[in-house]
Amino acid sequence: MSDEPLTPAEPDEPEELRTPQRVVGTPSPTPPAVDAQTAEVSPAEQAAQNFEPEDKAHAKRAERLVAALFILAFLSGCGFIAAYVGLEIGPSIPAGANNVIAVLRSNLALGTSLAVALLALGTGSMIWVRHLTPDIEIKEERHDLRSTDEDRREFQRTFAEGAAISQMTKRPLLRRTMLIATAPLALAPLFLLRDLGPLPGTSLRHTVWRKGLRAVVYGSNRPLRPADISTPGSMITVIPEGYQDDADALAKAGVILIKFEPGQLQVPTVIGGPNNTLINTMNWTVDNIVAYSKICTHVGCPVALYEQTTHHILCPCHQSTFDAAHGANVIFGPAARALPQLPLGTDDDGYLVALSDFTQPVGPSFWERG
Amino acid sequence: MSSKTARRRRPAAGYAAIAGGLVVVGTLYGVLSGGGASAAAPSQASSTATAQGKSLFEESCSSCHGLDAQGTSQAPSLIGAGAAAVDFQMSTGRMPAKEMGAEEPEKPTDFTQAQIYEIAGYIASLGGGPAIPDSSQVSSNGADTALGEQLFSTNCAQCHGFAGAGGALTYGKSAPPLTNATPTEIYEAMLTGPEAMPVFGDGTITPAEKRDIIAYVVDTRNEANPGGFSLGRTGTVTEGLVAWLGGLGFLVLIALWLTARRRSTHRVESEHQS
Repeated sequence: MSDEPLTPAEPDEPEELRTPQRVVGTPSPTPPAVDAQTAEVSPAEQAAQNFEPEDKAHAKRAERLVAALFILAFLSGCGFIAAYVGLEIGPSIPAGANNVIAVLRSNLALGTSLAVALLALGTGSMIWVRHLTPDIEIKEERHDLRSTDEDRREFQRTFAEGAAISQMTKRPLLRRTMLIATAPLALAPLFLLRDLGPLPGTSLRHTVWRKGLRAVVYGSNRPLRPADISTPGSMITVIPEGYQDDADALAKAGVILIKFEPGQLQVPTVIGGPNNTLINTMNWTVDNIVAYSKICTHVGCPVALYEQTTHHILCPCHQSTFDAAHGANVIFGPAARALPQLPLGTDDDGYLVALSDFTQPVGPSFWERG
Repeated sequence: MSSKTARRRRPAAGYAAIAGGLVVVGTLYGVLSGGGASAAAPSQASSTATAQGKSLFEESCSSCHGLDAQGTSQAPSLIGAGAAAVDFQMSTGRMPAKEMGAEEPEKPTDFTQAQIYEIAGYIASLGGGPAIPDSSQVSSNGADTALGEQLFSTNCAQCHGFAGAGGALTYGKSAPPLTNATPTEIYEAMLTGPEAMPVFGDGTITPAEKRDIIAYVVDTRNEANPGGFSLGRTGTVTEGLVAWLGGLGFLVLIALWLTARRRSTHRVESEHQS
């Protein structure tokens, strides 16, 4: 905080009455004549003017500390500007430099300088208040929130007067047509909100899996034969062939294949076929390879923490645990339903394919799921 | 024996034992990481080495796995487990197990790499199984790190974390961090599926793709941390926890300081005020 000279306010004022230089951020001092005669000096103001710290050495130390903190804040603020201008990120970094490291340096420099500047400013202000300002209790009376009766009457009168001048009460046709004119505008948001994107329709009940679609390893996009997953305890994430770049489709179509020892796998018979017929879901497995949806039925996290010793599939988000050997039933956690099983078969070339789409919706519950 | 125990009870002996253990670990680490393939890999184990392996097996492993590695009620059969499984389990110190449990912790091994290869050769002679990869199979040279990243984040990251920092499994088990695993160990783990880990055989993840995954895991160790601190690279939960506890704690301390009663230097009596 530096003192700044102010241009004289009144050029025709006598020289000896000119007020002392004004300190920036304070109101201009009241003329001494007025001060002496009419204005009441409050006790608090008086106390502040007469204030002398008891421990002058302590006050001096505090003052120096505050000044040092403010200078630190000034330097850090300059440092922030320098870091913003000087540390390049993005396409403008020098050739061969690593952009991640450039961003790291820039973030660190900007964050540190700004934090130091603000903290030093705040700390300095607090030390100023706590160690240098006089400890004076000041009372300030609160006023009633309610306006005075006089003001209220005046407002009512003005309002009635305005209504009369506008002819609002005398011309009902104008009043009514004006209300009608605003009605559609008030209703318009309802229609705008209604059209925030298409309704989901049946899309929540279906994935892109269909009869004959091959399961390919996500990443290498290679189809698999049952012999490729020959070791019991194997697991791999697969996706429908041809959809590797369709993120919307993959969000629901991810599947894990798990290979079991003969006799270990006991997927249940379920009701789920057309017309609620019973389906033996063992028919949906190939050589003890079973396919489950990778999307957790709780809130849709990818669930693939498969433990080959316990056959548990754990969801990392909320610890829902599914028993892969028994139809991926929920054995722990907040998920309400088993992971849907994808009917799995082989095509003429011996590759693993879907026999149909999932017979029940994958992923988290939704309103009309039932 | 009793004099030995008495010596162990002295604190200096304890430090000496720790120092000795550290030297052993360091030496083993040097041997394992410096020249993983320098000890002769048992591609065609000689009959004497196999006999040597069998006697080592009988000494150290047979009490649980059975005299002919046929398995007992306590431990599985190792016939067909393969040399890669033996090398992984023994070089990481998981086997021989100190005690029975759902998972065995990693610990310094008491065996030399040559002894491990001899036992591995013996187990391989019983019924084949996955072999120990040679150094060219685990080298990152020319590997496709981007594909490795995709395969890792799809099939490995859910347990081991996106940066290989490890993570929790069910009922107290955990997936170990990959930060100190050698490329050979990573390869063997994918091939054999130790403990709870599923198997990623060559049919699902080809040998070339295994190299890509290893290249990603190894490369990631040297990546910069854009946030400034890695916080163990375990992800958003730690970051949030640090932000909440550290940040909020700092704010609480500041609030305490702001509202603390100041040291009174001068106090105007209240009757001075109107």
